[in-house]
Amino acid sequence: MIGGLFIYNHKGEVLISRVYRDDIGTRRNAVDAFRVNVIHARQQVRSPVTNIARTSFFHVKRSNIWLAAVTKQNVNAAMVFEFLYKMCDVMAAYFGKISEENIKNNFVLIYELLDEILDFGYPQNSETGALKTFITQQGIKSQHQTKEEQSQITSQVTGQIGWRREGIKYRRNELFLDVLESVNLLMSPQGQVLSAHVSGRVVMKSYLSGMPECKFGMNDKIVIEKQGKGTADETSKSGKQSIAIDDCTFHQCVRLSKFDSERSISFIPPDGEFELMRYRTTKDIILPFRVIPLVREVGRTKLEVKVVIKSNFKPSLLAQKIEVRIPTPLNTSGVQVICMKGKAKYKASENAIVWKIKRMAGMKESQISAEIELLPTNDKKKWARPPISMNFEVPFAPSGLKVRYLKVFEPKLNYSDHDVIKWVRYIGRSGIYETRC
Amino acid sequence: MTDSKYFTTTKKGEIFELKAELNSDKKEKKKEAVKKVIASMTVGKDVSALFPDVVNCMQTDNLELKKLVYLYLMNYAKSQPDMAIMAVNTFVKDCEDPNPLIRALAVRTMGCIRVDKITEYLCEPLRKCLKDEDPYVRKTAAVCVAKLHDINAQLVEDQGFLDTLKDLISDSNPMVVANAVAALSEIAESHPSSNLLDLNPQSINKLLTALNECTEWGQIFILDCLANYTPKDDREAQSICERVTPRLSHANSAVVLSAVKVLMKFMEMLSKDLDYYGTLLKKLAPPLVTLLSAEPELQYVALRNINLIVQKRPEILKHEMKVFFVKYNDPIYVKLEKLDIMIRLASQANIAQVLAELKEYATEVDVDFVRKAVRAIGRCAIKVEQSAERCVSTLLDLIQTKVNYVVQEAIVVIKDIFRKYPNKYESVIATLCENLDSLDEPEARAAMIWIVGEYAERIDNADELLESFLEGFHDESTQVQLQLLTAIVKLFLKKPTETQELVQQVLSLATQDSDNPDLRDRGYIYWRLLSTDPVAAKEVVLAEKPLISEETDLIEPTLLDELICYIGTLASVYHKPPSAFVEGGRGVVHKSLPPRTASSESTESPETAPAGAPSGEQPDVIPTQGDLLGDLLNLDLGPPVSGPPLATSSVQMGAVDLLGGGLDSLIGGPNFVAPPATTVPANLGASMGSGLSDLFDLTSGVGTLSGSYVAPKAVWLPAMKAKGLEISGTFTRQVGSISMDLQLTNKALQVMTDFAIQFNRNSFGLAPAAPLQVHAPLSPNQTVEISLPLNTVGSVMKMEPLNNLQVAVKNNIDVFYFSTLYPLHILFVEDGKMDRQMFLATWKDIPNENEAQFQIRDCPLNAEAVSSRLQSSNIFTVAKRNVEGQDMLYQSLKLTNGIWVLAELRIQPGNPSFTDLELSLKCRAPEVSQHVYQAYETILKN
Repeated sequence: MIGGLFIYNHKGEVLISRVYRDDIGTRRNAVDAFRVNVIHARQQVRSPVTNIARTSFFHVKRSNIWLAAVTKQNVNAAMVFEFLYKMCDVMAAYFGKISEENIKNNFVLIYELLDEILDFGYPQNSETGALKTFITQQGIKSQHQTKEEQSQITSQVTGQIGWRREGIKYRRNELFLDVLESVNLLMSPQGQVLSAHVSGRVVMKSYLSGMPECKFGMNDKIVIEKQGKGTADETSKSGKQSIAIDDCTFHQCVRLSKFDSERSISFIPPDGEFELMRYRTTKDIILPFRVIPLVREVGRTKLEVKVVIKSNFKPSLLAQKIEVRIPTPLNTSGVQVICMKGKAKYKASENAIVWKIKRMAGMKESQISAEIELLPTNDKKKWARPPISMNFEVPFAPSGLKVRYLKVFEPKLNYSDHDVIKWVRYIGRSGIYETRC
Repeated sequence: MTDSKYFTTTKKGEIFELKAELNSDKKEKKKEAVKKVIASMTVGKDVSALFPDVVNCMQTDNLELKKLVYLYLMNYAKSQPDMAIMAVNTFVKDCEDPNPLIRALAVRTMGCIRVDKITEYLCEPLRKCLKDEDPYVRKTAAVCVAKLHDINAQLVEDQGFLDTLKDLISDSNPMVVANAVAALSEIAESHPSSNLLDLNPQSINKLLTALNECTEWGQIFILDCLANYTPKDDREAQSICERVTPRLSHANSAVVLSAVKVLMKFMEMLSKDLDYYGTLLKKLAPPLVTLLSAEPELQYVALRNINLIVQKRPEILKHEMKVFFVKYNDPIYVKLEKLDIMIRLASQANIAQVLAELKEYATEVDVDFVRKAVRAIGRCAIKVEQSAERCVSTLLDLIQTKVNYVVQEAIVVIKDIFRKYPNKYESVIATLCENLDSLDEPEARAAMIWIVGEYAERIDNADELLESFLEGFHDESTQVQLQLLTAIVKLFLKKPTETQELVQQVLSLATQDSDNPDLRDRGYIYWRLLSTDPVAAKEVVLAEKPLISEETDLIEPTLLDELICYIGTLASVYHKPPSAFVEGGRGVVHKSLPPRTASSESTESPETAPAGAPSGEQPDVIPTQGDLLGDLLNLDLGPPVSGPPLATSSVQMGAVDLLGGGLDSLIGGPNFVAPPATTVPANLGASMGSGLSDLFDLTSGVGTLSGSYVAPKAVWLPAMKAKGLEISGTFTRQVGSISMDLQLTNKALQVMTDFAIQFNRNSFGLAPAAPLQVHAPLSPNQTVEISLPLNTVGSVMKMEPLNNLQVAVKNNIDVFYFSTLYPLHILFVEDGKMDRQMFLATWKDIPNENEAQFQIRDCPLNAEAVSSRLQSSNIFTVAKRNVEGQDMLYQSLKLTNGIWVLAELRIQPGNPSFTDLELSLKCRAPEVSQHVYQAYETILKN
């Protein structure tokens, strides 16, 4: 299991160090070994797991803060990384951005958290909802608690529904569903899709009273086909709109065995915002934009670049925050750009031409052309021609996912499914959306 | 509000100031002071001097202050054990606190204080907390048992905490169950033999129920524990798999990977014809692909594991090639791993896409990545024959880029392609030769030289090219020198007229001016070959080469199986068994996949025999290891026998060394004439025929002196491989002397004379103690028996397998090579009996990880019979004990090189249905254990 956990600043000074097991040797040795071999290493770090003198170090970086977990045993590596991410989430939930300043300001709190969520190197309940009931920034809550409150805390921390406490009341029962998708694409210069997938998340914000039982439904092909077996008519009608989900993962509140057997998504939600599910699709993706590049080398000192983008969705919808990034060679001396729409600039520090368009409707087309002048070099190595990348936001789900229903049942309290106000929103964003040139 | 001020650098005299503040009456000031102390502790300052003052702050009702003081205690208690005792009272009191959070805090902290005196006081509170009404306290106490066990294992056993912990597995609260499982698993790891985690269908059922209810971390503990269970049959395996598969949809990647581990392991037991097997395979792919959209560090862990899974069950991900395509912004460690998996998944169906990608990668910035991409193109060519042509043209395109390291890497892989597809792509040689000057890395130079030598007859200026390399011969690395030597000899054999000078030059450089024994040896061999029999030389040097295999970097299957049992853990990231990076006894138990046991079908013969089964009748066991193939490329010396090279497995690469001047000194002349038999001084025992030695055996009389077990003679060198000479033989050990009993048969039509024998260096320094004496010429169809005395003073080189012996036998016709495995018991010396005290001390002294366990199946002998049989082969029984109807024999033996091996042999004489003997061996050189075990088996079974 995890033998110790250290947090360093970018200089390699240790901000937090908590040792759970003696086997990792003296605190100093382990702390220094990581600093010398990883933070101060001359070469770029080639692995997130480093073995130094039979001691293994796992690290993740958040802005310029290093978090390192140390062990001498054959631990579950995936668990250690998941824990480090979780640790970051918990810290962020308590004091916002993970920065040297914030860590120093909250070091007592961090030690308290580390004591709670990691015991002898074993991760314990790390749900912020539960933690916040008894680890607070004020710290002195325990004296004023009644016995019932205390046992409520402990039963929540250890309980089956560790993510929700009892007795929540809202005057207005309301819930928000956000379907957030990021569409990823790698396209060849000839316009052939090399790989494309959508990774999506369903984020739910729930303000519901009591312990509501929820059931979530979407246009999952498997479910629709199962239901539509009765009438062939319906299958053909709804079958068109259903989507094939390659794989999905759920928040721990979802009953996985029920999903496995009936493919129904039922759960008691945590209070407030949480990520209900993540999913991935690869079939029938709507690619919101097509990028058509044309790069011509004119002699040794000049490049001509022409890029056309085409929007490929309903004309009534508007895409926003469109940005096309065209990489330029390192020896670029000057660039002239002409674009039909939006603004384009050559950014020397980023070695790229950045073309920004605020809004663009569906089924439209726009174009940029640029002349790049190059300094003559005797560098034998050819320019690697990094791909042209794109960023955008569209108000629909590129996977085609649709929320069919979200039913709420709370048998003990007197509100019904109809009384709950529900909001659904779809946002499609670019993930890694690249076209080779 | 801001705490960062505590980090500000401090001036001198700070400790005194803090001391005063800690003793202040004001609560706030005290707390401030403790915070400062903790901050100094964090940055590595020694604040242990404040121990008593900090401990004084402990008795407070302020929970935050209490936690800080506890934190301090955990750090410094060890350095101040006497002071730490001051804290005990507060701890004990806190364990009784009405607030469950404080009770848990106290028991959690107490477990972290590694001071003996404190642990004594811990027992009572811990016992109470384990039965506390509040689950939060119980789950903390469960982990505390593991802490206490780490400090004082005996105490935990004596106090009966283990039983209480086992009871917690049936607790009503899932988190308590999960922590109890975690604690028990850890404790069980340090007692591999104990049956702590008594896993049976009932307890498994409990765990599977808790699995649905506990936190993500708890699910990981439980899944990791489940993976250690071996279901009794395929039905049980299937039902567990069915209950584990829902975990594949969990958001936590570690839960997913641990579930994959359980499924991969239990799948071994399922029949492939089962519908469920196919369903399971299909269910595994999507979650594995999803792992690739996790954060990069997790992607890395996932990719390292997928690499194993793809090797074990390629069918799972065979259609998922695209997801392994490298993204421009992937961290380099993710890129390199993806590349590896891409090659593994490459097949005829997807090769076009893969090649296009690889070509793209070869233009990237990172040098390592580019090199690997180029190498990958070569591997594709070798793996998918249909793509070879396209790969070669891609490589040529890359060579045109003139990027130095790309060109070099391309040349190295083109050499492999030439090996795989000889005489197919020679047209590219011209292009390669253009880039000769830019090669500065030894591997690339060696590859280029190999190509020039191999195709010397088609390259007009081959001699000039090679000559240019020869100028700086002494500055080259050994790899290049060896290659250059061979290439020039090849050139000479192909174009003898123009290159005589060149070959002489290189031979003299190699033999006279070089300090490198390998180079010199190879030089001498070539020289002698060329000067005595150019035809033979041609046959040797220009022999057809064995084909190279497509997968040269696969993980060895037994290791792979072990690593599959460690999916998700560090072992799977390093691709090494835990024993390679974990110290001490923890986690070094070898895991293996369960054998398939069917409930419905009739049992197939299970593969129970250990990897290296005894091999009495296998005279030429040479493992054709994939890894060796790479080396073979450097060695152009084909097997010196006629017939297809692949069939002659009795010659190994090491055979080159055999002639390294050795035969010369043995025979005393360049003409390879064996000395006349009469001049050889009579050597005791040497002239003894086997019949005579039997006689000697009888006369020796005394039991202990009788010789050890002698295996029947086996054919070592079949006649068809040695121009009519058949050699069979065996090894014996009689009264302290080892001999090799040979039977030479002449199956050719001509008379054979001038016999001589030589051994290659071997693990135990076995060497002939006298020349091979064949008194009269061996006429056709005649057989002669010879006993060749051996000693163990020859030069030593570790062989693989350890007991491999490579032999060269020469007669008037030719030199023949073969290799054989000798039974290890010929090396057991007569004074191998250890006295009891010594035995006990040594047994304890040898670390546990050196212990190896074996089973000798179906050996219905009793203890006396076993003991006496072993004794005649110099395995001595030191002591005997009877435990619960089982006889335990403690035995010792010593090898000729002074290595002691200790053994514990368990016999169950009362039980006729159980005739297996259990053998555990301890030795400081654990690699011999396997062979000692084989010796045991050979002796006892014959």
